[in-house]
Amino acid sequence: MRAWITRDPIDPAAVLAGVGAPQDGATLLFLGTVRDRNDGRPVSGMRYDAYLAMAGTLLAAIAEEAAARLRTDHISVVHRIGELRVGDISVAIAVSSPHRAEAYDASRYIIEEIKRRLPVWKEERYADGGARWLDGVTPPGGGVARG
Amino acid sequence: MRVRLLLFALYRDLAGADELDIDLPAGATAATLVRALRARGGDLARLPEAPAVAVNRAYAGLETMLQDGDEVALLPPVAGG
Repeated sequence: MRAWITRDPIDPAAVLAGVGAPQDGATLLFLGTVRDRNDGRPVSGMRYDAYLAMAGTLLAAIAEEAAARLRTDHISVVHRIGELRVGDISVAIAVSSPHRAEAYDASRYIIEEIKRRLPVWKEERYADGGARWLDGVTPPGGGVARG
Repeated sequence: MRVRLLLFALYRDLAGADELDIDLPAGATAATLVRALRARGGDLARLPEAPAVAVNRAYAGLETMLQDGDEVALLPPVAGG
């Protein structure tokens, strides 16, 4: 299992290389990419900010939870931060498992938990000039992700 | 006691800083810290009364008692992915 945060472009092949095993009949790769518009407004790029010291640990914890729930440790997940352009990959999740159902479940669990509680923020840059921090999700309070 | 406050994204813009050292009375909680910040006025008054908080890199409730040297982060609603 691998989970990490990077400032460098994400290479999907490298993420995929972290999973797969002779007993696995399903391998799934999810890529999140920067869209060229949001709410109809043309987007030129996105700046991702993170609480790095916490996000790295929490991303690993999310991957561990997916592994425990779905009984596969063939998981590789990376989130990019910094300046991204339209089409750039912001997150990549590779999962492999004996059958497809567990792989889809694990991949979905990881992306949903990233969106729910990874301390990452994005500032959208618009083609017409402006920029703004995107509205997010209030992360869970005490009792979650302690220790 | 003194804690190290970290601010991110919108909250960093409101504070005009990404890190501040904050002196607090003994027995202070995360809520005490948020109240003290909001009381400074200016853009900081626009901080929510109950933002998400992390103490020493783990999500924590506003009732969490702070200790000298703690790393406290105020976290805007998250938007990863």
